[in-house]
Amino acid sequence: MRTQRRLLTGWGRTAPTSATVARPRTAAEAAALLKQAGPGRGAIPRGLGRSYGDAAQCAGGLVLDTAELAPGFRLDQEAGTVTAAAGTSLAELMERLLPHGRFLPVTPGTRQVTVGGAIAADIHGKNHHADSSFGAHVRWLRLVTPDGAERTVGPDRDPGLFWATVGGMGLTGVITEAEFAVVPVETSAVRVDTDRTADLDEALAVMTATDHRYHHTVCWIDLLATGRATGRGVLTRGRHARAAELPARLRRDPLRFRDRSAAAVPPRVPPGLLNTWSVRTFNAAYYARAPRRERDRITGVGPFFHPLDAVRDWNRLYGPAGLVQYQFAVPFGAEPVLRGIVSRLAAVGAPSFLAVLKRFGPGTPAPLSFPRPGWTLALDLPADLPGLARLLTSFDERVLEAGGALYLAKDSRAAPAAIRAMYPRLDEWREVRARVDPDGALTSDLARRLEL
Amino acid sequence: MRNAVGAVDTVLLLGGRSEIGLAIAERLVRGGARRVVLAAREATGGRGLAGEAERLRAAGAAEVHPVEFDAADTAGHEAVVAEAVKLVGDLDAVVDAFGVLGEQAAFEADPAAAAAAAAATFTGHVSADLAVAARLREQGHGTLVVLSSVAGVRVRRANFVYGAAKAGLDGLAQGLGDALHGTGARVMVVRPGYVPTKMSAHVSAAPFPASAREVADAVAAGLRRGAETVWVPGVLRYVFAGMRVLPRSVWRRLPR
Ligand SMILES: Cc1cc2nc3c(=O)[nH]c(=O)nc-3n(C[C@H](O)[C@H](O)[C@H](O)COP(=O)(O)OP(=O)(O)OC[C@H]3O[C@@H](n4cnc5c(N)ncnc54)[C@H](O)[C@@H]3O)c2cc1C
Ligand SMILES: NC(=O)c1ccc[n+]([C@@H]2O[C@H](COP(=O)([O-])OP(=O)(O)OC[C@H]3O[C@@H](n4cnc5c(N)ncnc54)[C@H](OP(=O)(O)O)[C@@H]3O)[C@@H](O)[C@H]2O)c1
Repeated sequence: MRTQRRLLTGWGRTAPTSATVARPRTAAEAAALLKQAGPGRGAIPRGLGRSYGDAAQCAGGLVLDTAELAPGFRLDQEAGTVTAAAGTSLAELMERLLPHGRFLPVTPGTRQVTVGGAIAADIHGKNHHADSSFGAHVRWLRLVTPDGAERTVGPDRDPGLFWATVGGMGLTGVITEAEFAVVPVETSAVRVDTDRTADLDEALAVMTATDHRYHHTVCWIDLLATGRATGRGVLTRGRHARAAELPARLRRDPLRFRDRSAAAVPPRVPPGLLNTWSVRTFNAAYYARAPRRERDRITGVGPFFHPLDAVRDWNRLYGPAGLVQYQFAVPFGAEPVLRGIVSRLAAVGAPSFLAVLKRFGPGTPAPLSFPRPGWTLALDLPADLPGLARLLTSFDERVLEAGGALYLAKDSRAAPAAIRAMYPRLDEWREVRARVDPDGALTSDLARRLEL
Repeated sequence: MRNAVGAVDTVLLLGGRSEIGLAIAERLVRGGARRVVLAAREATGGRGLAGEAERLRAAGAAEVHPVEFDAADTAGHEAVVAEAVKLVGDLDAVVDAFGVLGEQAAFEADPAAAAAAAAATFTGHVSADLAVAARLREQGHGTLVVLSSVAGVRVRRANFVYGAAKAGLDGLAQGLGDALHGTGARVMVVRPGYVPTKMSAHVSAAPFPASAREVADAVAAGLRRGAETVWVPGVLRYVFAGMRVLPRSVWRRLPR
C-alpha cells in the first residue's frame, strides 16, 4: 500500500501537523495498519477532513484515509436502508439514492463528508428536532479495532461499543462499512418558507412555536447587527417537495440532482479579507435581500441543505491564519446564555458571517454525542482575531454553567478541563474504549489536546 | 498540542533562568500551557530553580520540572531533550534562550574566554537545537523559538564576538526552519533589540528598547500567526533593513 508523509489540517486550516497517510482498501488492510501503528505514535481514521479542528489528524503517527475502502453501495428498497463503505461521501450517496426516490436521514451543512465521519461525529442536520442525529438511523456498522478484530456492532449488538463509536471521533476503531435508514422522497426539491426575524427573541419564539410543523428548520443570524436588531436573522423552514408541487418544467425529472459547485476560491487569499467591515456589509446585504415573508418556494436540495457547497474551498477566504468555528448547545431555559453570547459577539464586532441557530430535539444514547434538547449556535471567526482565545474561553464558561457543551467535530481550541466537565459521561466512554484499545493505539491531535 | 489560536500545553525552556525566556514561558502559561520544563545549569543542586518555578506556578502552571542543562555539554543535549519528553510528553513549544553577552574588551584580552562564551551563544545551540528539531520532526508538530538578536543581523565593532555568535545562531535557526518545512515542526526566529535584563545590565540602552514582557507578547502573537521571524519591537525590521545597507565606513564608526 502506498503511504505518504503529509501535513494535515481540518477545515479551519489551523494547527497543521504531519502524519503518514495510508489508504487501506479492505478491513484486513486497516487492521494491519492499526497493528503497526500501535507501538508508535498511534493512528486515526480520516474521512474528507470536514471537521474544523484537529479531530482527523495524528501528529507523527498514522492517518487512515478511508477514501478507497470497499465495498461500495447496496440499496435495500424493501427495508429502506443503504449499506455503504465508510469512505463514501454523502454527496455521492445523494447522487445514487435520489434516482431511487431515497434521501439521507440526516445531512449536515455540507455534503462533502463521509459516512464514517457522519457516524464518528454523530452529525446533525436541520431536521434534528424531528429526526435526531445520524447515529439514530444506523442499523449496524463494521468496526476494525486495534486488536485486529473486525466487529459488527449496532444498537442491539454490543450497544456499548456501538454507542461509544457513534460520536466517538474515530477513537474506538475504523468504521469500514455501515447500514443506515434512507427516507423516501418524491423529488429532489424542497418546499421552503422564509421569514426575516427582527431580533434573536423573535427567532427563538417562532422556532419554538412552529418547529413541529416543519421537517427542516434553520435560522441564519447576523451577529454584527447591534442595538434593537441584535440577533436579527433569516429563518428558513421546509420539507421535501411532493411531485405534484413541482412546477411543470421540473416535473419531467423530479429526482434530478447533480453534485457540483459553481465557483471556487483561489488557493492564495490575502490575510484580513474577512474583517468587521466586509462581513458587516455582506451580512447586511444578505439580510436585506432575503424576503420578509415568503411561502412555498420550491428549491433544490443542494441550495437548501448545502448553500456553502456552491463555493468550493470557501474556507480559504479566511487567509493564511485560517478560521475557528465555535458551536455550542445549551438546554431549553438557557436562552439568557444564548442571548448573552450573541450580544457580546455583536458588541465586540466579531466578524462572523452566516452564524447558524438550530433547535435540537432528543439526542442519541451515545456518551460523546453533541446534540441534546435545546438551542445550538454555530459561528465562524478568523483565527487571528485579536482577543479571540479569551473571548471564546469566556463563552465556554457560560455554556458550561448552563449545562451545555461544545461540539468536538468543530472544536480546535477548548481546554481539556472544560470538555471533561461538558461531557460527564467521558469516563464511561473511556472504559469501552479501553476494552477495544487497551494500549491506546488510536489517538488524534484532538484526543491529545483534550486528553480524551 | 498547539491549538487553533496559538496556545500550547507544554513548554521546554533552554536557559531556565533567562529573564526573557521566563517572561515567554510565563506568557505561554497564562495562555494555557500547563507543564513547563526549565533546563539550566545547577537546576537542582546549587542555585536551583525554586524562584523561577514559583513564578510559573503563580501564573498557573500545574507542573514545573527542573532539568540539568549546560550549553558546553554538547554530548548531553539529546539526553536533555529526551528527559523533557519523558517528563511532559510532546514538546509543543521549545524556547532557546541561553547565551552570554559578555564584554567585548574582556573577550579581546582573553581569547579563550571569548571562545567559551561563543560556545554558549552559538555552538551549544547547534547540538541543542538539532536535538530539539529531531524530536519535533518525529512528533510531527511543535515550534522551536530561537532567541536571536539584532546584534547578529549586522555584526558591529562594539560587540563582535557576541554578534558573530548571534549571526551564526540566526543562520542556524533559519536553516533549521527551512529543513523542517512541511514536517509540522517549525522554527521561529526572534530578533529583539535592547532588552533590559541581567545580561544587558552593564551596557547602556540602545534606541528602540523592549521589555522582556514585550518580547513575550510578540512571541505569543507570532505563535498565533505561525510567524517565521519576529522583530521586537516590530519597527526594528525596517531600521535594520537600513542598517544592512549602510556603507562599511559609516558602520565601522558607529559608537556602539
Ligand atoms: C461547511 C460545513 C458545514 C457543516 N455542517 C454541519 C452540520 O450542519 N452538522 C454537523 O453535525 N456537522 C457539520 N459539519 C461538520 C462535519 O459534518 C463533521 O465534522 C463530519 O465528521 C465530517 O466528516 P468527514 O468525513 O470530513 O470526517 P473527518 O473530518 O475526516 O473526520 C471527523 C472525525 O470522524 C472520524 N472518522 C472519519 N472517518 C471515520 C471512520 N471510517 N471510522 C471511524 N472514525 C472516522 C475521524 O477520526 C474524526 O475524528 C460541517 C462541516 C463543514 C465544513
Ligand atoms: N537582553 C538583551 O538585551 C537581549 C537582546 C537580544 C537578544 N537577547 C538574547 O535573549 C536570550 C535571553 O537573554 P536574557 O536577556 O534573558 O539573558 P539572561 O537573563 O542573562 O539569560 C541568559 C541565560 O543563559 C544561561 N547560560 C549562559 N551560559 C550557559 C551555559 N553554558 N549553559 C547553560 N545556560 C547558560 C544563563 O544561565 P545561568 O543562570 O546558569 O547563568 C542565563 O540564565 C539570549 O539568547 C540573549 O542573547 C537578549
